[in-house]
Amino acid sequence: MILTAVLVLGLIGIIFAIVLYFVAQKFKVLEDPLIDEIAEVLPGANCGGCGKAGCRAMAEAFVKQGNMDGLHCPAGGEEVAKKVAALLGCTAEISDPMVAVVRCNGSCGNAVAKNDYDGLADCAFANSVYAGESGCVFGCLGLGNCSKACQFGALSMDPETGLPVVDDDKCTACGACVKACPRGIIELRKKGVKNRRVFVACRNKEKGALARKSCTAACIGCGKCEKTCPFGAIKVENNLAYIDFNLCRLCRKCVAECPTGAIHAVNFPPLPPKKEVPADGAPAPAPAKEPAPEKVPTPAV
Amino acid sequence: MKTFKMGGVHPEENKISTNATIEQMPLPKQVAVLMNQHLGAPATPIVAKGDKVKVGQLIAEAQAFMCANIHSPVSGTVNKIDVCKDIVGLPKTAIYIDVEGDEWMETIDRTPDIKRECTLEPKEIVAKLKEMGIVGLGGATFPAHIKYSVPEGKKAEYLIINAAECEPYLTSDHRVMMEHAEEICIGVSILRKALGVPNAYIGIESNKPEPIRVMTEMAKTFEGIIVEPLVVKYPQGAEKQLINSITGRKVPSGKLPIDVGCVVSNIGTTFAVYEAIQKNKPLIENILTVTGKKLPSQHNYQCRIGITYNDIIKHALGELPENTGKVISGGTMMGKAISNLDAPTTKGASSVLVMDETESRRRPESNCIRCGKCVNACPMGLEPYLFSALVKNNRIEEAQAHNILDCIECGCCFFSCPANKPLTDEIRLGKNKVRAMMAAKK
Repeated sequence: MILTAVLVLGLIGIIFAIVLYFVAQKFKVLEDPLIDEIAEVLPGANCGGCGKAGCRAMAEAFVKQGNMDGLHCPAGGEEVAKKVAALLGCTAEISDPMVAVVRCNGSCGNAVAKNDYDGLADCAFANSVYAGESGCVFGCLGLGNCSKACQFGALSMDPETGLPVVDDDKCTACGACVKACPRGIIELRKKGVKNRRVFVACRNKEKGALARKSCTAACIGCGKCEKTCPFGAIKVENNLAYIDFNLCRLCRKCVAECPTGAIHAVNFPPLPPKKEVPADGAPAPAPAKEPAPEKVPTPAV
Repeated sequence: MKTFKMGGVHPEENKISTNATIEQMPLPKQVAVLMNQHLGAPATPIVAKGDKVKVGQLIAEAQAFMCANIHSPVSGTVNKIDVCKDIVGLPKTAIYIDVEGDEWMETIDRTPDIKRECTLEPKEIVAKLKEMGIVGLGGATFPAHIKYSVPEGKKAEYLIINAAECEPYLTSDHRVMMEHAEEICIGVSILRKALGVPNAYIGIESNKPEPIRVMTEMAKTFEGIIVEPLVVKYPQGAEKQLINSITGRKVPSGKLPIDVGCVVSNIGTTFAVYEAIQKNKPLIENILTVTGKKLPSQHNYQCRIGITYNDIIKHALGELPENTGKVISGGTMMGKAISNLDAPTTKGASSVLVMDETESRRRPESNCIRCGKCVNACPMGLEPYLFSALVKNNRIEEAQAHNILDCIECGCCFFSCPANKPLTDEIRLGKNKVRAMMAAKK
């Protein structure tokens, strides 16, 4: 009795196995094993920084194209690019490493709050209903959409200043924060040698007097930096200076020149005080301006 | 008594300034006239720095379709045409006029006589509304000439005048009805003629017995004006809800009142229409309530447009009470908190509501307990709690499929939420996202 059952079931199993084998042969999907291998190498954060739907889609794009032209994983950076290049058997296209930079210095001290917001804690919403606590239409709203968007934990809101802070080591320049900011404050800039960067920490395009009204550290578009820059890297347009990071040679002359301290130089070693400028135009000994002393925000309407 | 069928809440009415008669606000030293005081494109200035202007002179012209003319509210010299920050601090273009004397255009009839007869043809009425820069004063500031040009193939059957004034605190409509009942009825007759409808219905919430009595008396002397007392329920004065209350009709999703044969106009607008058509007076003044529970005095003012909120507060209260938490333009349900008191008033302004620290604070938010109160309260039959979750998770297409764009932002959901979730804020954010997505698809 038991033997019959085993035989019948065994037979059915064998028949199905044979059918399945032929069906599997017939409908086989050929997938390059390379896709799996490359997907393994990619960071796997699915941040979308490459412009593809995710890491798997990026791996497919690599394999389909066969080389790395125009495809770049900003999150993985140089290291991943080298690994992918090795798998694909081509040369890695290594672009300059980038990093997210917060172009606003409207901290609680510089841009004193003139009113108090208690609506939905979402920058996009706040941006649609009012100018901001300090009245600056271009400045950071401080509600942290950028830090919520960051998949790598590289962005955090500083409770002291109310501004986002980027952790250079964790930032992969995927650009998620750039998209999340409704005011376009965050920009991807060249990481720079030893993470040293000079940038204008302001986006205010209003006329100088109006800009100063809302923030003491606003760029007033005076043009001093533009005149000072020996490399023509600074352009003032619509009352706002912008430093082209491809032309900037990190001399920091503009930093000393800026009357409002809107130009920031980060990760430079502190310079010995009062050293004369060398004649050959080497880096000027201008210490990065300290942010204005913190003022107690006055509660207002 | 009539009312709308779905949703609604009943916030504390706080109509504490009903007995304050309308006072004339003195002229300020300078006014700033914003170029976009109406729904649609900004008007184009036609004066330049140094020009002398008179009260009622056209200073900015409507060049786009959806736009309205703007007239000088004061006489004096144009100081500059420059950026001016509005009540929420966003930069707009404005004409600044230094006030010198009070010289009116000769064409404006400033006599107190009331003119009942209107000999203009419907088309001429609409043209004059356009010329005089009349916009809807219910809040949306929709240009009146567009509203009263019924598109071809559609027919207006009902003219509904919104005097519900369902927003807490506001009393400007109440006062206008008490003091200008006859002018309002003439204005209504003019609009009735412009549309060619047999009857006009004036909907008034029943918490205003005096205006109901005054208006009913006055309406008896006019043809085809019916006063409808309405149940006290917010948002009785919302366009779609008012149509439902008075006619029983329902405006389908994405359609306009005219699609169900209705035109709705605010009571303040009818007074402006009377002044424009019969007295040649453009829209240069509006009536503002200055109120607040903790204020020593309550006021209703007739103000020139372009006066700053600071000027109004200075005249009415001297200065703001020390513990002021918020100053709101509009009522507590749909009003906007003013973050810039140096901003000028606009055509659509209706109140200056001063709230102290404790009244104005939002209560701390907690988690949704799925009680469904917001669904019950929503007068549009939407599911606010669902939108809250969808918007938070960026599921914008789903939110659109659940008709998020039908939301009228009345605030009933936030008002009724026991967890104090900022549902209306979230829905507004969602609506912005849906619109952005639709624009990107185009």
